[in-house]
Amino acid sequence: MTAPPVEQVDAVSGIEDPVVHVANLTLRFGGVTSLADVSLAVARGEILAVIGPNGAGKTSLFNCLTGVYVGEKGTISFLPRPGVSVPLAGRKPHRITQLGIARTFQNIRLFNALTAIENVKIGVESRQATGPIGAMLRLPRTRREERASDARAAELLEFVGLRAQANRLASALSYGEQRRLEIARALATQPALLLLDEPAAGTNPAEKVDLERLIRRINVEMGLSVLLIEHDMRLVMSVAARVAVLNFGRLIAAGAPAEVQRNPAVIEAYLGAADDEGGSGAAPG
Amino acid sequence: MCFTHSFWQLTISGLSDGFLYALIALGYTLVYGVLQLINFAHSEVFMSGGFGGLFAVQALVGSKTPHGVASVMYVLLGVVVGAIVGGAVAFVLERVAYRPLRRRNAPKLAFLISAIGASLFLVNIAGKEFGRLAIPMPNLYTNGNVFSVFGAEVQTNFVVIAIAAALMLIFLDRLVAKTRLGQGIRAVAQDADTASLMGVNIDRVISQTFVIGGLLGGAAGFLFGMVFNVQYNMGFTPGVKAFTAAVLGGIGNIRGAVLGGLLLGVVENLGVSCVQSAWRDVIAFGILVLVLLFRPTGLLGERLGRSA
Amino acid sequence: MSVYENPPADDGGPTGFSVRQVVGSLGESDWRRLGGCMFAALVFALMTGTSGNAQHLTAGVTGSLFKPRVVVFIVLGLALWALMTTWTRYRDDIRAGLEPFRKTKAEITGNQWVQLGVFAAVLLIAILVPPLLSVFWQQVLVSQIGIFVLLAIGLNVVVGFAGLLDLGYIAFYAIGAYTAAYWTGYPDSKPGHISPLPVHPPFHLNPFFVFPLAVVVCLIAGLLLGAPTLRLRGDYLAIVTLGFGEIVRIVINNSESVTNGPRGAFGIPHFSVNFGFLKYKWTLDLMPYWYLLLAMIVIVFILFRQLENSRVGRAWTAIREDEVAAAATGIPTLKYKLMAFAIGASTSGLAGVVFASQIGFVAPDNFVLINSLLVLVYVIFGGMGSLPGAVAGASFLIWLPNELRDYVAPQDRFIYFGALLVVMMIFRPQGVFPSRRRAREIGLAEAGAGGADAMGAPDGVMPR
Repeated sequence: MTAPPVEQVDAVSGIEDPVVHVANLTLRFGGVTSLADVSLAVARGEILAVIGPNGAGKTSLFNCLTGVYVGEKGTISFLPRPGVSVPLAGRKPHRITQLGIARTFQNIRLFNALTAIENVKIGVESRQATGPIGAMLRLPRTRREERASDARAAELLEFVGLRAQANRLASALSYGEQRRLEIARALATQPALLLLDEPAAGTNPAEKVDLERLIRRINVEMGLSVLLIEHDMRLVMSVAARVAVLNFGRLIAAGAPAEVQRNPAVIEAYLGAADDEGGSGAAPG
Repeated sequence: MCFTHSFWQLTISGLSDGFLYALIALGYTLVYGVLQLINFAHSEVFMSGGFGGLFAVQALVGSKTPHGVASVMYVLLGVVVGAIVGGAVAFVLERVAYRPLRRRNAPKLAFLISAIGASLFLVNIAGKEFGRLAIPMPNLYTNGNVFSVFGAEVQTNFVVIAIAAALMLIFLDRLVAKTRLGQGIRAVAQDADTASLMGVNIDRVISQTFVIGGLLGGAAGFLFGMVFNVQYNMGFTPGVKAFTAAVLGGIGNIRGAVLGGLLLGVVENLGVSCVQSAWRDVIAFGILVLVLLFRPTGLLGERLGRSA
Repeated sequence: MSVYENPPADDGGPTGFSVRQVVGSLGESDWRRLGGCMFAALVFALMTGTSGNAQHLTAGVTGSLFKPRVVVFIVLGLALWALMTTWTRYRDDIRAGLEPFRKTKAEITGNQWVQLGVFAAVLLIAILVPPLLSVFWQQVLVSQIGIFVLLAIGLNVVVGFAGLLDLGYIAFYAIGAYTAAYWTGYPDSKPGHISPLPVHPPFHLNPFFVFPLAVVVCLIAGLLLGAPTLRLRGDYLAIVTLGFGEIVRIVINNSESVTNGPRGAFGIPHFSVNFGFLKYKWTLDLMPYWYLLLAMIVIVFILFRQLENSRVGRAWTAIREDEVAAAATGIPTLKYKLMAFAIGASTSGLAGVVFASQIGFVAPDNFVLINSLLVLVYVIFGGMGSLPGAVAGASFLIWLPNELRDYVAPQDRFIYFGALLVVMMIFRPQGVFPSRRRAREIGLAEAGAGGADAMGAPDGVMPR
């Protein structure tokens, strides 16, 4: 099934201060085109949601942004501060995290044998300078950094509401708690842009409400830009300033949530041709 | 160049070694294809085939060197017994050292360590049972010059090895390409989960893969012992070299293992004429390191599932 | 299926249970277990039986298996099977019953003061007891236990902390030893100036400084070897390091003009300290060397313990658990792997220098592959990732064959070690004294969550 031809959707113009700018990104795996000529920009301080049917290329987009995949064509520029543009092509994932992009994973990847606070500390420590010598000799700076790491990790756990679970093993937490822990760990790396990959998947309605609040707080209180992949339309409508829609690797719509919801191309993408069965409940509206 | 004046002679002996490496390499490559595991103990499967063939031949060959049809029969017997013993050892090895780990979903490191343990065990129990000295096999034929090629003398040993190896390789190629079992192996190598969903009995395929590799390795062990000696630790060096050959050709790739084996044998023999024989093994180890560093997918690439 | 139409009542007779009942209740896995135990029993009978040789190839097998002694082993096998089957049947009940004991044990062993106490006690024993031992045992302590404990601690950082399988570990030991041999030589050949190697250093170095120099050389060697190879998949890394170890040994063995080839280097002077006020010269006396080794072991142990509990240790754990997530959390995985590798290499080099200076002699035969594997066995047995485990594992597995030297031929001990590795991987992969974290990881990995080692290709992600 090939995608119907679509005019180039504009998800870039009008953004004066982008935090990340993707231009004409194309990603192929053998015969499969995962992303086709995708261009979009995330404004600094906005929450942009990326939606689309399964297989549309959303996680591939994230993987390109974080350096896991390298696109055949196109560029990605990251602007950690206004006016400072860093091309991301070819950079290793840990470098990109250190530049200021953090992510969570669709199928939660925590360090299961470590406690919650240890998981977050690892994120905090990615910004610290202690090396093996300092660690072995427990130099004053090392001890200071260790205390700072403890404090900051505790703060972040408090922020996501996991203070009480600090010393529990990550594997022992509930699903919703694990999702929040992963977010805390990502926040610990001091990102300018946070990528959340289906944070609401598998959560119950109460957890979803907490998640909504958390994402808004991250955006408003911490001033982070957020790029969010989600299937849950209620969540998307509630937090996102703009929505971009991918289908078969192509950007088919972008704009305010209400507009996108009414866009016929989007509706068709989710519901398919007229005689197809209704979607998985993930259709917009 | 240092090897030009006896180029063909060296190439012939290189091919002879190469056939043996190829037979052993297939064991590594087949198992790696289905389990993503380096069967460290495969070198001991090789060794067991050598001893198996030795026993068979020692029991039947008298004091006189046979010739003609009798020779062929003895060689055939040795190869068959060597293969069977190799297959049996491989079968037990899989059951004892790997299957329990698969059952409990052990981390990869555990498999490798178990393999090392099995190898250590087999080498040293062989040393205990059979002593630590090299044991020559009774002559099954008189090794002379059969014909010459470009001025190089081709000996009976080479002819025997070449024919035996070629037959086994053709057999294996047909097995993997045409039979149900071969299909199963290729399916499991490509994607074990999907294969099991399609009704392939993973345990059985894995066991059979080990056995096939063991048959080939055991036969190679007999051939090796026939030409050189049988010894409790005869597996280590040919084993590492065969693994090098498998990686050189593309691990998981059957044709690659054969190509790698022959190529390694020839390069090693040509190379050794340039340096002292003490450096012989360094050539193989060096190739191993270089291949893994610069072209880990090997010459023909890593696909058992794609092209057998 | 009964033979009788009306089978006799199975009330178990006087004992209260009947063989028929028990046999009837056995399931398929129980029979398989029986097969396994019988197999193990026969193998054990073979391992402990007579040996053969080239003239009598079947003597070993016939002497071990086709003799009355085999009955003893079969009985042992049956007993083992009975134990295992009972355990499987009543595992949950037994565990529940032992739970309170397990909790108290965990609380006790987890307590910092208890750990410190144990450490102090062991240290005290290690200081006070050795002078009382026989010369044989003192020899074992110095040239085997001390050296291998140091090696095991070092390899534990590579295999246990970082999850990298290094099968060429002994190569750094060789580099350390030969570096010492080189730098303790003299630039000239005046009488009294013995150079252990045919090649002479540009100047003579005080033996005291040779130690740190050799460590630095090995650190650099570790970085050089690691940089290109640590990008490889786990099993490839294992083979490359094995190849490297062998290459080093063969090169040393063949470069007569530089290393004196298979004959090795002689006349390496003993360690000495010479700072005016502080003068001490070690000699062939065993006890001073033991205390030197002990001091080094203690220092290295403490340093690595601090490392384990620092951000570096946590980063290593993250890499082991999930390399993709670790990288996504900002950890430069290659750098940390290199760090572990280099630290391991330096420790190996240190052990090599101490060994060389104590014996005064070093040769390629000291660096055969089996020694790399031996250290691995000690680390695995003791507990991967557990510093006390490495110490305990090495000490025990060196003590045992020496204690049993009248019953088991020295080269036969590898039979047991090999079997031990396989058995440990099946039944207790976390080792005898595991670090709690590692035991957790392995448990979780087996349940499908996480990696537990840096071996697998990161899943869900295409390789770059």
